[in-house]
Amino acid sequence: MAAQAKMIKNTGWRLFLQTVIGRAYPRVIGTQRDLSWLFFDIFFPFMSMIGYVFVYRALQAPEEYIGFVVMGGAMTAFWVNILWSMSSQLYWEKETGNLSLYIMSPTSMMAILLGMATGGLFATTVRALVIVIVGSLIFKVAYVVTSFWLLFAVFSLTMVALYGMGMMLASLFMLLNREAWHLANLAQEPIFLLSGFYFPISSFNFWVSLTASLIPLTMGMDAMRQLVFPSGATLGFLSVTIEVLVLSGLSVLFLVAAYFMLRKMERLAIREGRLTDRLN
Amino acid sequence: MEIAVENKDLRLKRFWKTFKTSAWLGWQIESNWTDWFLFIIYSIVKPISGAAILIIMYSIVSSQDFSSPIFAYIYLGNAFFIIVGAVVQGVSWGVLDDREHYRTLKYIYIAPISIPIYLMGRSVANFGTRVVSVIITLLFGVIFFKLPLSLARIDWGLLTIASILGFIVMADMGLILGGWSLIIKRNAWNLGETVGAAMFIFSGAVFPLSVLPKALQVVGYAIPVSYWLTLVRRAMMPENAQAFPMFAELSNAQLLLILGAAAIVFTIVAVLIFRYFDYLARERGNIDMVSNY
Repeated sequence: MAAQAKMIKNTGWRLFLQTVIGRAYPRVIGTQRDLSWLFFDIFFPFMSMIGYVFVYRALQAPEEYIGFVVMGGAMTAFWVNILWSMSSQLYWEKETGNLSLYIMSPTSMMAILLGMATGGLFATTVRALVIVIVGSLIFKVAYVVTSFWLLFAVFSLTMVALYGMGMMLASLFMLLNREAWHLANLAQEPIFLLSGFYFPISSFNFWVSLTASLIPLTMGMDAMRQLVFPSGATLGFLSVTIEVLVLSGLSVLFLVAAYFMLRKMERLAIREGRLTDRLN
Repeated sequence: MEIAVENKDLRLKRFWKTFKTSAWLGWQIESNWTDWFLFIIYSIVKPISGAAILIIMYSIVSSQDFSSPIFAYIYLGNAFFIIVGAVVQGVSWGVLDDREHYRTLKYIYIAPISIPIYLMGRSVANFGTRVVSVIITLLFGVIFFKLPLSLARIDWGLLTIASILGFIVMADMGLILGGWSLIIKRNAWNLGETVGAAMFIFSGAVFPLSVLPKALQVVGYAIPVSYWLTLVRRAMMPENAQAFPMFAELSNAQLLLILGAAAIVFTIVAVLIFRYFDYLARERGNIDMVSNY
């Protein structure tokens, strides 16, 4: 009884923070405990990247395009993480029976999603860094960074907007069953194409590039390429300043949308009994 | 003697029945998650996007010279590689789907059927869908990029023989990965994709092997898929064969011979390796394992 009386139960923002840390914890610690990801999560995107590098080599493209591919290859890790470990995550949680436990617990689903995003961002950044460093060394990519602060700001904004989008998609995927896997699978190559992972986005016409910019990685990568490659500015879609403003807008938009969508979808899933219907 | 013949017939019938039923099951799993419209969109958008990435990369560098043989080389290699990915990954996906997702692998194991035949049949639907994707991708190339393909000029005999041998080799690779998946506890979902991505590089699918460093070219020569893709390119565009930069010194007959020998060797090796992994999986209790990973 005495022990129970001393137990401190967090509420409010403390509970929110505790949930974020709790959900991020397995993703951060997992990178140290299970090292098999070193092979699978780095080798796979690395192989895809190498393929595109050699295509440019075979076509005798300017060397800077190799740098574009290395950066794009690293950024694929983030998109894959968004699709499979953010958007589809609540579907996996439903499959393993955790989703109903989340809903029953006295914490906020938004905090759970934020924890997933924080942990996923950390683990994926480590992967992306390894890909960039190894890729740059192997293919002798030369970088000329014009502003480290701006580069850091663009990367951070891109990640906030991207993971905000992931949180929003996660709430939509909560209602899905088997189609979640297929839809996530469908969203890989088309986004690699539209967001210009392996070529400058300005290769498309203005309206296609603008539409593709709804995905934060499009403008994020374009701005980062402008900041780290000498010819980046000439191949850029819009100026870095405009792209920073758009990314800021997308960050706010996706986080707010994630909040409202999550509430709506959670209510809908409860009403329609879709929180526990695995293999339907 | 008569009894032995009868038993053999019965066994063949059972193999066929297993194959047919598992192919039907695979098709249901592959297609019935949505309506036909979305399924067709899904089957078209994915391969076309993959091809479009290469088309844009090519057009940026080559000033849109789509009549060059190197464009046909890249386009055909990329289109047909869709099948490689499907066949090689198909079996291991079947193992994981049945074991981890549907949790039915243990029931399959206690049924009086051949597991390798079941797994092969299970991946047929995926293979069929990808063949359609290849056809769509080729049509897209012919219509929008004037890819010089003509049904009258295709060497159908060469295409058929090469594809049969190529399919045997790829199915063998799939069986090896499928067996391996039985004993992998973590990250098994990525196994097929990782091997597929490696083969994309080393098979010369979208660039000639000569672009790779010398030490890595050896890997490409050891992968039978490289020979299959070369034969397919030559069969699809016989008049451009000399302009394609891979295995130019080898004739079609020599390439077929290499591919045929590889098919025999891979079949023997695949059966032995699958049996070994199958034994390990049974011994370690992996058949009904759910890793939740």
